[in-house]
Amino acid sequence: MSNYTVLLSENGTVAVDDTLLVKGAEAKAGSRMLEGFKPLFSAEAVTRLEKAGYTMHSKTHVGEFGLDLVGEFSNDCKQTGALRGAAASLVADGTVKAALAVDVNGAPRRAAMLEGVSFLKPTYGTVSRYGVISTAASGEQVGVYAKTADGIAEVMRVIAGHDGKDGTSLPAERYEYVTDAPAGGKRVAVVKELLDKADDAAKANVNAYADALRAKGVTVEEIRVSLTDAAAVAWQILMTAETCNNVSRYDGVKFGHRAENYKTIDELYVNSRTEGFNFLTKAVILYGSDVLSKTRYKACYDKSLRVRRVAAEAMNALFAQYDAVLTPVASVTGFEAYDIHEAFDKVFKESVFTAIPNLVGIPALVSGGVQLMGKAFDESVLLSLAAAVEKEG
Amino acid sequence: MKYELVIGLETHVELSTESKIFCSCGGHAAADEPNDCVCPACCGMPGMLPVMNKRVVELAVTAGLMLNCHINRYTTFDKKNYYYPDLPCAYQITQLNHPICTDGCVTVKTSEGSRDIRIKQIHMEEDAGKLVHEGNSSYVDFNRTSVPLIEIVTQPDFRSAEEVVTYLAKLRSMFRSGGISECQEGAMRCDVNISVRPEGSEEFGVRTEIKNMSSFEAIERAIRYEAQRHMDALEFELEELVQETRRFDEVSGKTFAMRNKETEADYRYFPDANLMPIIIDDEWLEQIKANKPVAVDEKAEDYRAAGIVEKDIATLLSDHKISRLLDDTVALGCDAKTAASWILTDCAGILRKDGKSFDDLVVTPEKLATIIKMVEDGTINRGAGKKVLIAVVEQDVDPVAFCKEQGLDRKVDTAMIDEVIDRVIAENPKAVEDFRGGKAKALQALFGACMRELKGAGDPAMIKEKLEAKLA
Ligand SMILES: [Zn+2]
Repeated sequence: MSNYTVLLSENGTVAVDDTLLVKGAEAKAGSRMLEGFKPLFSAEAVTRLEKAGYTMHSKTHVGEFGLDLVGEFSNDCKQTGALRGAAASLVADGTVKAALAVDVNGAPRRAAMLEGVSFLKPTYGTVSRYGVISTAASGEQVGVYAKTADGIAEVMRVIAGHDGKDGTSLPAERYEYVTDAPAGGKRVAVVKELLDKADDAAKANVNAYADALRAKGVTVEEIRVSLTDAAAVAWQILMTAETCNNVSRYDGVKFGHRAENYKTIDELYVNSRTEGFNFLTKAVILYGSDVLSKTRYKACYDKSLRVRRVAAEAMNALFAQYDAVLTPVASVTGFEAYDIHEAFDKVFKESVFTAIPNLVGIPALVSGGVQLMGKAFDESVLLSLAAAVEKEG
Repeated sequence: MKYELVIGLETHVELSTESKIFCSCGGHAAADEPNDCVCPACCGMPGMLPVMNKRVVELAVTAGLMLNCHINRYTTFDKKNYYYPDLPCAYQITQLNHPICTDGCVTVKTSEGSRDIRIKQIHMEEDAGKLVHEGNSSYVDFNRTSVPLIEIVTQPDFRSAEEVVTYLAKLRSMFRSGGISECQEGAMRCDVNISVRPEGSEEFGVRTEIKNMSSFEAIERAIRYEAQRHMDALEFELEELVQETRRFDEVSGKTFAMRNKETEADYRYFPDANLMPIIIDDEWLEQIKANKPVAVDEKAEDYRAAGIVEKDIATLLSDHKISRLLDDTVALGCDAKTAASWILTDCAGILRKDGKSFDDLVVTPEKLATIIKMVEDGTINRGAGKKVLIAVVEQDVDPVAFCKEQGLDRKVDTAMIDEVIDRVIAENPKAVEDFRGGKAKALQALFGACMRELKGAGDPAMIKEKLEAKLA
């Protein structure tokens, strides 16, 4: 695993994904475009952990800008065979107690599933995005990997809370994260549309988890949620548009990679970016640029903003009846290395399971190979359900 | 045929804030060297997020109130995408869908009469940086990136170059006196939209836009040139007018079409997810209104009524700091005309002598009012007042203490002190005898009596010396 990480401190207990900044440590977000970029400050989540006495163990490699499945398309290392996520695997083998990662399109959730560890993508606005190498500002959020719900809660108590340096940070100074709320009497919904898209192994995971919940006195019911596909498309449109815009600053002028051969400023831009970005990022840029164009804006971007509102309302209505939603994390329980030209479609296909929390800002917890989504600020409900099931095993 | 000129303006004004619009860097005026005034945020480094400077909102609202605009209580930011090396993020944060102010109106008075110019909108945005070209290399200077601007967009309501220049002069004077912008060289930049149509026609002619001019003189010349070009084109059919962007060349006095990008640029505007919508509630709006300086026109009337001459009114209205000093001094109970003369004649004279300008003036309204009152109530004469003012302006002394030290206070002039000492000697024969008889303590009693009579005025050492001399 050493080629997946850059060690910061042997004594460290927390790994940090390379989409988050640690002062002075080269931060590339898996991209050649950011080669040699050393940030002048640390991400707020990192600073808060350090102030609380934690030491950062390593920077863990991510797929370029965190846009792929689990980190397979990084400029820093090439994966073959079964895919694994760098931070998740350090948590799984006990090298670190916890890891921080940015969830923009489900990559850390899928990585957690592969390693059998837990990952929480918190409610939007609860953890500062200061120091995140940003792609899709409206839905990305810093989350936490740990082996258990308790491990996640411990880190969340430190990193969550208002930060004046992030305009999207919510005003609450701190949040409570409990893992021992009674599970009995809770109501959990399984989304049929998502279950149907999963293979047998993924389905079996969900069913086993549902049984474990039932054993704790939880009511589990299958429901239909018609907007899963629309939500995935809407998030793809918003996510690619925002990413296209946010990575446009990587132009070879100020820092990072600059092409050697150019005669004009346009050549400098084109050659640097052609060399610096991988195929998946380029596909995201093209797609995002297209949906923002004058002729497409209304039908694509604007409509996606409306889908976001409708989806938020629908999820709220659902959470009036259920405490949590149980879904597969992906269509499969394992991924093999594949050709990058297939990446854009492959990631989209998997994002149908993960898009809703990014789109509407609700929390999502991956634990025991399944995903639990909850109402905004209901992390404690999700963590307590997961903790109850963990104790079962 | 007679033609009518139709002009609309887009005016960018740099705001006078202590820091940039989305980071805490000082304004670019504070910078000496290129990239002196930059931080990771205004250099576009990843990880930094824009944080709204509330002062920008307040100044934009104040400008909107001055131009009789509707203030939108819900206002949002959008990103405008384009690549240029002076734009570090490759997008500019601006306002497209929900600008802060809309639907205003301002009256301009020219030799042809007065006309109402409708303001379409005012929006907030960030400025871009600057490129410096040297030989084969180009350098970027980000000092100016993220400096706050407002853009004021009018309807096509101007009918002459004179109206345009009058409008701009009015904006400049309003913004200076309102503390919104210093409007120094280059801080006010204009894009002029111009078309020409036969008089009486309701339809607009083909419109051209002349970009990025900052001197009033250039704007006036550019409009006259461009209007003539349009009229000639219509009259003689020499050339076909096309909708395009042009630039004005100050040397030749002509406008030239700018290199046309094949198609009109698509800036791919979309909402900025990093900045939450700004809500201006009643309380905040009232607070801004309460702090809004009196409108220039009203203020001019007040000064006129106080008997201040036109020339001085013009100076006062063009300098927020000076009109503020005057207003505050008047608020402390001084006569406006008198105070204006102290500021505009005396202070100005002292500064000029020292090779300084009003920018360097440090006198507080309290100190100025103290000096004026001392002259008014006869404590000191006008000449002494001037001396005190010089000391205040140059060394920032306390005027009352300074008068006493220097013996400027008429109540402590030598003659008066002599008179008091003589009287004390005459009234205390016993003590005088005792002193002359060798009792040193008696001198102390006489000195105390003098001091009581003088009520603390005058230099004690000097009084003691005089007393001893008279007793000897
Ligand atoms: Zn800055």
